[in-house]
Amino acid sequence: MSIELQGVTKKFGDTVAVNNVSFSVREGELMALLGPSGGGKTTVLRLVAGLEMPTAGDVFIRGRRVNDLSVQQRNIGFVFQNYALFKNMNVFRNIAFGLKIKKWKRARMQARIEELLKLFGLEGLERRYPHQLSGGQRQRVAIARALAPQPSVLLLDEPFGAVDARIRQELREWLVTLHHDLNVTTVFVTHDQEEALEVANRIVIFSGGVLEQVGTPREVYDQPANEFVARFIGAMNVLEAKVREGVARIGELEFPASGEAEGQQVRVGFRPYAVQVSADLTRYRYHAVLQHTFFLGVLLRLELELPSGLTLRARMTKEDYAQQGLEDGRRVSFQIRQYRLLAGEAAALGPEAELQPETPPVLGDYI
Amino acid sequence: MGFTLFYLGAIVLIPFAALVLRALELSWLDFWRLATTERALAAYRLTFGASLIAAAANGVFGTLLAWVLVRYHFPGRRSLDALIDFPFALPTAVAGLTLASLFAPDGWLGRYLVPLGIKGAFTPLGVVIALTFVGLPFVVRTLQPVLQNLEREVEEAAATLGAGRLRTFAQIIAPTLLPAVLTGLALAFARAVGEYGSIVFISGNLPFKTEIAPYLIVQRLEEYDYTGAIALAVVLLVFSFLLLGAINLLEQWSRHARRPA
Amino acid sequence: MTTFFPGKRGTAPRAAQRGVEESSLAKWTLIGIALVFCVGFLLLPLLNVFAQALAKGGAHYWRSLTEPDSRAAIRLTLMVAAICVPLNVLFGLAAAWAIAKFEFRGKPFLVTLIDLPFSVSPVVAGLMLVVLLGQQGFFGEWLAAHEIKIIFAVPGLVLATVFITFPFVARELIPVMQAAGTEQEEAALTLGASGWQTFWHVTLPSVKWGLIYGVILCNARAMGEFGAVSVVSGHIAGLTETMPLRVQALYEGATTATTAAAFAVASLLALLALLTLGVKSALEWRQARAERIAASGAGQR
Repeated sequence: MSIELQGVTKKFGDTVAVNNVSFSVREGELMALLGPSGGGKTTVLRLVAGLEMPTAGDVFIRGRRVNDLSVQQRNIGFVFQNYALFKNMNVFRNIAFGLKIKKWKRARMQARIEELLKLFGLEGLERRYPHQLSGGQRQRVAIARALAPQPSVLLLDEPFGAVDARIRQELREWLVTLHHDLNVTTVFVTHDQEEALEVANRIVIFSGGVLEQVGTPREVYDQPANEFVARFIGAMNVLEAKVREGVARIGELEFPASGEAEGQQVRVGFRPYAVQVSADLTRYRYHAVLQHTFFLGVLLRLELELPSGLTLRARMTKEDYAQQGLEDGRRVSFQIRQYRLLAGEAAALGPEAELQPETPPVLGDYI
Repeated sequence: MGFTLFYLGAIVLIPFAALVLRALELSWLDFWRLATTERALAAYRLTFGASLIAAAANGVFGTLLAWVLVRYHFPGRRSLDALIDFPFALPTAVAGLTLASLFAPDGWLGRYLVPLGIKGAFTPLGVVIALTFVGLPFVVRTLQPVLQNLEREVEEAAATLGAGRLRTFAQIIAPTLLPAVLTGLALAFARAVGEYGSIVFISGNLPFKTEIAPYLIVQRLEEYDYTGAIALAVVLLVFSFLLLGAINLLEQWSRHARRPA
Repeated sequence: MTTFFPGKRGTAPRAAQRGVEESSLAKWTLIGIALVFCVGFLLLPLLNVFAQALAKGGAHYWRSLTEPDSRAAIRLTLMVAAICVPLNVLFGLAAAWAIAKFEFRGKPFLVTLIDLPFSVSPVVAGLMLVVLLGQQGFFGEWLAAHEIKIIFAVPGLVLATVFITFPFVARELIPVMQAAGTEQEEAALTLGASGWQTFWHVTLPSVKWGLIYGVILCNARAMGEFGAVSVVSGHIAGLTETMPLRVQALYEGATTATTAAAFAVASLLALLALLTLGVKSALEWRQARAERIAASGAGQR
């Protein structure tokens, strides 16, 4: 294990920022810490770095307990959200800073920095000062500076938070390539689930300082451990229903719920892609009016209003939409292919119920 | 707008012009003679020397105070912060009066210091003490906002790269603070050079020994030696303007250094 | 959004962090030096004023303040401040308005002019007035012919004080007015408010605290000014002696009784300074609280 947390808790005064969190990161892994703002993910990263000390629990780096080691002794590379470049030093001296502290020989240092400049496409910018660089360049300098002294792990706090959307995509791909080339254990914090799903090997999901789930992108998407994860990863329709005669009912919608007690209030969750919509009113069982269509690219998001007043979100490809000749205001028929019964806010989900054989989710259907 | 200009003109420009015109009536030679008498030179030496030492002392203590006030939490911090402005709020005459009495041989501090050979009253040291007192808030107040806006992340970045606190301070924090410290220092220096009220009380005003340039101007006036006073005033004015220019440059540099990166 | 920690980073109390913060030893040493320095250098002088003022007993203190020349000095100081402060408030408002709301050529020059009294020695400022209006000054003969006495008389004191104190209000107002921008005024104008109504109902309230701040600083300096006033006063006890000048005159009496009297007058000025500091701290505290509220509001995403 490269990094391991055991029962780590961090309190700031009375506020519990991280609550009894345990997980581990394997050597060479690219791990995302994902969660909403204030979820405690940055605190976890800072605990690993030694920028914060745990109130309880242990942190291990490469099998060694590092609770008593200061930041300086932990041999980690940390990239701050706003890069935290040294303004009074140029690119070269920024990258050299950590090497000088480690008392590298001049020639070796020179070689290492040149190697990094080349790897990061920063050649020719050595003499520039941070304010003379673009956002993307600054970020690369920050990563190069963190990697220069060959840390055992690389920690990044919201690495794509401070750049605009256009460069963001580029940087994601670049980070994946970089990780592939260097194979250094990397942990990054993000609040953007799309980013986590696309970039990471595995994802740790936090909310309110509590670890919700650890898993590969596929696992957390397909088998969310609880409603929070299910709703946080990808969009979800959630309806309050009541069980009568083994069926959960809400408005005109009916979901078989054989295991539930009569009169029980349940919540029913289903992903937008599970809602199949047709312009042919005889095709599916339920009817609705197509209220709005949102163009997101290849995929469209549809908002349906049912006669009972319920609204649902559905997904459809652009081609399908055009072929069927759909437009806002039209009446449509639809069915719900898959759903889950959600018991409580944080309780585990029941198995997914299927109404008919389904096609696997389209990758990218995560918004 | 018109009022602003009229007011400025009446209050500032006309008196200023009057002084300059009178100064121009002097020939270069006369000016030089009047501005560089032995006594005047001694007064400049004391004024500038003591101001420089006081500014340096303020640089050290002001930086320390600003750091402590911004970074640490301890009982009495708020009161201490409020107290920093005391030299601004206290009339200089009162400052001079009380400092002179504090450092007099029978004063609260002088009682212990004078036997040690540290004479604060009626000596050049007294001048330095008064000027340090008067200039203290400048460095602290210039530095405080800069320290407050300093990104903690930058220091943390240095720590993750293995730098200890001293090294981080010397290589990362100090260079960032330097422009602001120098600005505060220059402001304190400018104030010290023109200071009069507090010095009159503490220095004893002995010609060639503890007489400062502004005091000499007053002396000349009291002797009805207007031209002598004007010559000295011009020297001080020119110096003030040079300092003002320097301060503006320093402030620009300081803003420049605080640019986000 | 990064840390979970509520409140401002760096200013809020945090557990000492090895490697990121100084050791407690270093920290408390620094705090200790700061405290000793401030107590010795700032607090002691203040306490000393009151101790010396009361050194000859309360009765002597009271007599020192109520003897005719001291009473006259107090009256004169109050009068000078009462004239200078309103004048400078008017000027400060006009100047800040002009600088903050309009663009015109020579603006930097105007700003520099406003700062000028800060960089000129008070003695030199006084000298300027003497050169202009004194007996041998530019207008000296004309003034003498019309029997108008400015230098070595009250008008001179007022002029000198106005010169020294006029940047205070303007300097406090300029940044506040600049920060407030012109949108609110424009909104008021589009709603049909006249220029004067706009100024009274929109501009003035928005700079209220800055104005109060400027006024107390201006007042403190007006009452405490020594150098410039000293040059133009003529030091005529009971007539042209303000409180700081009275302090000097008593101090030069050089007997223990007059020294105590000097401190008695000085103690009033020290009280004024304390009052100024108090109001200033209260205003700053108020502003910091407003900023905290605004910041915590903005922090919620």
